[in-house]
Amino acid sequence: MLPDNDMRFNASGQVWLDKLVVQHASDASRLLQILLQVQERFGYIPHQAISRLAEKLTIPLARIESVASFYSFLHLQPHGEYRVLFSDNITDRMLGSQALMDQMCQLLWLQPGRVSEDGLVSIGPTSCTGMCDQGPALLVNGRAITCLTHQRVQEIAQLIRNRTPLADWPADFFRVEDNIRRGGLLLDNKLSPGAVLHAAVALGGDAIVEQVKASGLRGRGGAGFPTGMKWEACRKAAGKERYVVCNADEGEPGTFKDRVLLTQQADLVFEGMTLCALAVGARKGFLYLRGEYRYLLEPLQAVLQRRRKDNLLGNKILGKSGFDFDIDIHLGSGAYICGEESALIESLEGKRGVPRSRPPFPVTHGYMQQPTAVDNVETFCQAALALHMGADKYRAVGTEKSSGSKLISVSGDCPRPGIYEYPFGVSVREVLQDCGAVNTRAVQISGPSGVCVPESEFGRKLGFEDLPTAGAFMVFDDSRDMFEVARNYVHFFAHESCGFCTPCRVGTSMLKQTMDKIADGHGTQYDLKEIENLDRVLQTSSHCGLGRTACNPVLHTLKHFRPAYENRLKSLMFSPAFDLDGSLARARQMTGRDDAGAHLKEME
Amino acid sequence: MSDTFQLDGATVPFEPGQTVMQAALAAGHYIPHLCYHPEFKPHGSCKLCTVKVNGRTTASCTMPAEANLNVESNIEEMNALRRTLVQMLFAEGNHFCPSCEKSGNCMLQALGYDLEVHATGFRHLYPDRPLDASHPDILLDFNRCILCELCVRASSEVDGKNVFALAGRGITKHLIVNAESGLLKDTNIALSDKAMQVCPVGVILPKRVGFSQPVGVRRYDQRPISAQALDDAPRQTDASGNCEACEGSS
Repeated sequence: MLPDNDMRFNASGQVWLDKLVVQHASDASRLLQILLQVQERFGYIPHQAISRLAEKLTIPLARIESVASFYSFLHLQPHGEYRVLFSDNITDRMLGSQALMDQMCQLLWLQPGRVSEDGLVSIGPTSCTGMCDQGPALLVNGRAITCLTHQRVQEIAQLIRNRTPLADWPADFFRVEDNIRRGGLLLDNKLSPGAVLHAAVALGGDAIVEQVKASGLRGRGGAGFPTGMKWEACRKAAGKERYVVCNADEGEPGTFKDRVLLTQQADLVFEGMTLCALAVGARKGFLYLRGEYRYLLEPLQAVLQRRRKDNLLGNKILGKSGFDFDIDIHLGSGAYICGEESALIESLEGKRGVPRSRPPFPVTHGYMQQPTAVDNVETFCQAALALHMGADKYRAVGTEKSSGSKLISVSGDCPRPGIYEYPFGVSVREVLQDCGAVNTRAVQISGPSGVCVPESEFGRKLGFEDLPTAGAFMVFDDSRDMFEVARNYVHFFAHESCGFCTPCRVGTSMLKQTMDKIADGHGTQYDLKEIENLDRVLQTSSHCGLGRTACNPVLHTLKHFRPAYENRLKSLMFSPAFDLDGSLARARQMTGRDDAGAHLKEME
Repeated sequence: MSDTFQLDGATVPFEPGQTVMQAALAAGHYIPHLCYHPEFKPHGSCKLCTVKVNGRTTASCTMPAEANLNVESNIEEMNALRRTLVQMLFAEGNHFCPSCEKSGNCMLQALGYDLEVHATGFRHLYPDRPLDASHPDILLDFNRCILCELCVRASSEVDGKNVFALAGRGITKHLIVNAESGLLKDTNIALSDKAMQVCPVGVILPKRVGFSQPVGVRRYDQRPISAQALDDAPRQTDASGNCEACEGSS
């Protein structure tokens, strides 16, 4: 018997699958959720399961394959009984994640990205898992393990070799700290469940929208769209049904504040969603939880269950007839792009997470083409707070155009990484002082798609007037190579591009190729020009924000840290990207040689 | 009296619900495109049709036409962008024009000539994409796929069959067929399917008719793709449902 998964799809597997389909009401829009459960049981998605699903859901086989192959945590081939994924954010790397991954590969005798010959284990990198304040981190069969050390890697390798079921691994491995370093009106709130809703029910939908508008609340996911206006548009849009969606697909590398909110303030998140439902007239809500936070699913479901019991969800909420609302949690599965609201909606509908063409926008044509209000986890919390405090009092916090407070996820080179809550308007320098950072060279605000701020600009302020942010605050001290930071981000975007449009699908790969060429010492001035050209194409013609911002890390580091690039360049105007010696790597690997004689001499 | 917008200085009328591309083509103005086909709902993935609308770049095939828009298409900035996009598509797949059955009838090649793409520009990715020759009458050469999804759309929307789908993500995205074996022979595709006609490049080919029309007298050998705007643009279907400008219907 295998430890965690039964990798054979036999008669009992089929009975189980048929039951699962019934549980999901044979609804093809539940496809992704069904596939996730199949993956959890079998460790991959057996092709017999796909055939059976196609039959039971009456959809083409190819569509199931098409959806499953989009999400990086789903596998169509056996991928090991233990599937280990090292978080590959730059902050993990700075804490030595690469050496740890190499160590584990050596201990278990395999190469990154491969499955061991005996089918026991696979090891590879994955995009930031949202544990930057307690990295290096990894996921094993979807469960997060933090604070990796050589010691811990050795223990994990031993557990895997012994085929110890995950349930019997030391609980300590899976502990996730909240690391709240500085509270504020959100993190320090002591609201009891239902307190905001009681007041809201008395107010009614129109008044709630007016209050939220008057509070000046803007979306906390980074874009900063006025929340009251969004709710109003959704309330007024024509449709048979309305939906509320909470975007908990916190994929922007370096961001982990939603993880903490969902751990500490789950009631407030759901309170905000229910408030929104009352405001827009929705009866159904979804929380889209990123796959990396799979461990939060059961605790969140317990909170939902308690709220149903307390009549804070379900029919006639708080006794008000017509106020019916419930929330479903959907899991993501390793696709950053699903943080984009229209891609998230596609994923909720059980499809590939490809961003839609906009207009129309989700407020009029969202989930199932019906009016849908999609907001970030923190936004829902802030909306509930704003209503509780009253618009004027809320507006008094923060700055003129950025009212309220903001959670900042601090990671990187500082002694006190974690969550910091500030009123908007705090300067980069103040945050650096609070987290104890010294000799700081640069801060990456709002993740790879955000802004790289050099020391000369540490006086700049977080807020929509100056530095809008979804919350990531990655600190780099003067020992760090900003070229390598940008290269890590470029690799991230190439991995996460959904592949829908030409410029992003191909352009991010070309950008990666060019950055790697420079890293390998083959770069020339020509390549810097090539980067500028790619940047222009990505910015002007990409389908969505991913492609349009994919070049930001390179643009910003080129602007502020150009020598980090130029020091690597050959003086030649052009050097071919084809690496003759590199092309012999496979021959070296097959012969087990890596001595000087197995390398071509550098031709000058 | 319908509303109008400006396209490169010309006044273009449009009907409500039309996109910039649809209105432009209907009025006889050419905007380069690959994944757009008049019989299908535009989805805007190739981005060849990117234009400037009131100074902002957007795909013209999905941009709803509005009164008094100022659309710039045939300007060097947009054409330079299109050249790079064509270079990207050439570098992404394996395109060997001299030995390709579709040479002269291929929209990607025709756009390359017309936009004056003189060099490949990027380092080619040389992906490994095996052929599917399993079907007795149809060959699939995935090497040339530009992921426009026209066959996917044609098969599901017109043929009602779902023979094709796209799988994978990002640069690994690829075309698959709907069969447990993964082979075309096990699908219900037929030579008469719409999906057989819409490929703008040379992926979906009927067997045993190779080079029945000599290179040199093919569609884009005669006139560049932009000059055929008026013939191609509305691309009406004839009585038998065949699209005049589509391959396999001549």
